[in-house]
Amino acid sequence: MNFDLTDERQMLQDGLRRYLADAYTAEARKKIEDDEAAFSPDIWTGLAEMGVIGALFREEDGGFAGEGFDIALVFEELGRIGAVDPLIDTAVLGGGLIAVLGTDAQKDVIETVIAGGAHLAVAHGEPSSRFDMPRVETTATKGADGYTLNGRKAIVVNAPSAENLIVSARTSGDIADTDGISLFIIPADTDGMTLRSYPIVGGGHAAEVTLSDVSVPNEAMLGAEGAAYDAISAMNARATLAICAEALGLMESIKTLTNDYLKTRKQFGVPIGKFQALQHRLADVLIEIEQARSAVINLAGHVDAEPSVRDVHVSATKNLIGLAARLVVEEGIQMHGGIGMTNEYELGHLAKRLTMIDHRFGDTDYHMEQFIKLAVA
Amino acid sequence: MDLNYTEAEIAFRDEVRAFIKAKLPDHLVDQSKLGTSLTKADYEEWHAILNAQGWLAPNWPKEFGGAAWNAVERHIFEDEMTKANAPRVVPFGLSMLGPVLQAFGSKEQQDYYLPRILNGDDWWCQGYSEPGAGSDLASVRTSAVRDGDHYIVNGQKTWTTLGQYANKIFCLVRTSKEGKPQQGISFLLIDMDTPGIEVRPIVLIDGTPEVNEVFFDNVKVPVENLVGEENKGWTYAKYLLTHERTNIAGVGFANAGLQNLKRIARLEQSGGRPLIENPHFAARIARVEMDLMAMSTTNLRVVSQAAAGQAPGAESSMLKIKGTIIRQEINALTRNAVGPYAMPFASEALDEGSNEEPVGPDYAAPATAQYLNNRKLSIFGGSNEIQRGIITKAILEL
Repeated sequence: MNFDLTDERQMLQDGLRRYLADAYTAEARKKIEDDEAAFSPDIWTGLAEMGVIGALFREEDGGFAGEGFDIALVFEELGRIGAVDPLIDTAVLGGGLIAVLGTDAQKDVIETVIAGGAHLAVAHGEPSSRFDMPRVETTATKGADGYTLNGRKAIVVNAPSAENLIVSARTSGDIADTDGISLFIIPADTDGMTLRSYPIVGGGHAAEVTLSDVSVPNEAMLGAEGAAYDAISAMNARATLAICAEALGLMESIKTLTNDYLKTRKQFGVPIGKFQALQHRLADVLIEIEQARSAVINLAGHVDAEPSVRDVHVSATKNLIGLAARLVVEEGIQMHGGIGMTNEYELGHLAKRLTMIDHRFGDTDYHMEQFIKLAVA
Repeated sequence: MDLNYTEAEIAFRDEVRAFIKAKLPDHLVDQSKLGTSLTKADYEEWHAILNAQGWLAPNWPKEFGGAAWNAVERHIFEDEMTKANAPRVVPFGLSMLGPVLQAFGSKEQQDYYLPRILNGDDWWCQGYSEPGAGSDLASVRTSAVRDGDHYIVNGQKTWTTLGQYANKIFCLVRTSKEGKPQQGISFLLIDMDTPGIEVRPIVLIDGTPEVNEVFFDNVKVPVENLVGEENKGWTYAKYLLTHERTNIAGVGFANAGLQNLKRIARLEQSGGRPLIENPHFAARIARVEMDLMAMSTTNLRVVSQAAAGQAPGAESSMLKIKGTIIRQEINALTRNAVGPYAMPFASEALDEGSNEEPVGPDYAAPATAQYLNNRKLSIFGGSNEIQRGIITKAILEL
């Protein structure tokens, strides 16, 4: 049994933590949040130069790591600092799908992604699909020299910055079938594809994407026709790991802020950390964060296992993270009192970002049900 | 034991319902349902409608222009108003300052200020909290030093709700440093237009500037603006807080929130079926509804005692804690109910008169903002930790 990081991972963690502490100040982050791009080109390039993006890809895909523990390490550090950069969307989801399904020509873009020069977004969810991965209503109809897509995609994170969108559409089957789903790489400026962009709570931007008779050539298809579902669920598993690790980092930072606050804030003549009622609650927060850490380790170790094993860990981890996150957010704000409600104080940003994590890749309830189906029933 | 209202109470409820049906403007109901923020003009419009009916100040005695209802009648009124999605009545002048002036103010103060509150001439805000004081009100430091016919006020207040709309502020100020911290506090009425006052908005985590900081730099306040006696302000402040704690359970808000949650859960689809048919989510709604049913009765038990002349004590602390937990759970469930559409940051769509169309269904837009904003429920008005302290001391004698 060994829970230590390898030397390579330790070096990456140390370097990344130092870099983010310097580059990713609260001021820098606020500037990024106000910008529709939702990332700073300097910091993005810095992360690429450090090899952070490369660490999310396997060697055969041009990266140098790409295992679950690498993903967990990178996103925990990004979470700690409350980074808003859409690395999940470009690298884990978009880059991951191209790495698994792409032709050699399509894979060329991965090199650019790793170098920090390309942005991607995955347009899969739809207004009525909620968290159900197979539920795709958008259609792709085969014509003489390509496909025509029609439909609507919801909350496509990073779409406003992405040069290319990876869009899922049904080429056959019924609305909730796993078979019959295809993926297409579509340049953002393609005729018939319109984006309504907006900021999302906790930082970053997304778009509602409308596809109205969008014509794409055959070469736009990613993978075999109708057979994209397995890759989508595999990349969803890796993205879930990434966001759970990010949540863990956010929780750690909220706990640290709250701990410091309890030591310094005085009421009734003493630091409020002297009140046992608060001490015990912060102790509970600490225990739940350790549970969350173990859950992230469990998922990191099984994220590329066969689907039935993998998905039990996806659901167990995402459910536990959702519950722990709500506890940490609510206790963090409550123990801070009024200051915790203000937008200007660091806690507000961390709390919002952590709260929103429950709304991506399946929420606490959704994964409770999945876990019951997979492991209990 | 009879859990039903008397015939007279039912007749009163029907009268309230008829009034709401006739007089509550649709646009205020729509705003309340969609979670768009109300403007000063919206509040004033609704206050004027209630005042014309003589119902703006349910708790004031008749001699001051109030309705003089008992606790059960007030409960029925508040319950019907919240169920109908009527805007809340801004409490600072009506429920907080009014009763203090009636009990402790001079005849001149009563004659001047009370009609102005009813007529909407003055909008009051509350100057209690200070940076570093929070729930520990006795540690206020804003000073008022007597100088001839004036007090010279220096210091800072914070969390001043809707202070941006106010032309008057009632403040706790320190007039003496002798003795225990509770001594030496006075209760002062200040015109917000006086030179030396600056109001700065504080943006909250939901993006709204609902609260403010108020700075006092050598502000001259006439001595006749002192309420009661110098250095006795703590007594008046405590009196005010007991009035603030009526309707503390927020049963009506919880009921309205629960109905909204169920409506959303019927409209949202999960796995091709309405979310409300999802056993896991339905169980969570059921749990909070059962809790709310019991709390409504706890609330009525306290109301009924109060109507019989017993002042509510630590029971109001129980209602504050349980009431805020229930309302916050309903907010959390509503955020969960809208699924991924909780993510768009829709601050502009929530501004009154905005033409910005919300992203996703209209009921989704306010869900996250309301969840975040209502984290305050367990913090303000004496945090839930302070309330637990009151219970352990007053009831459990620990």
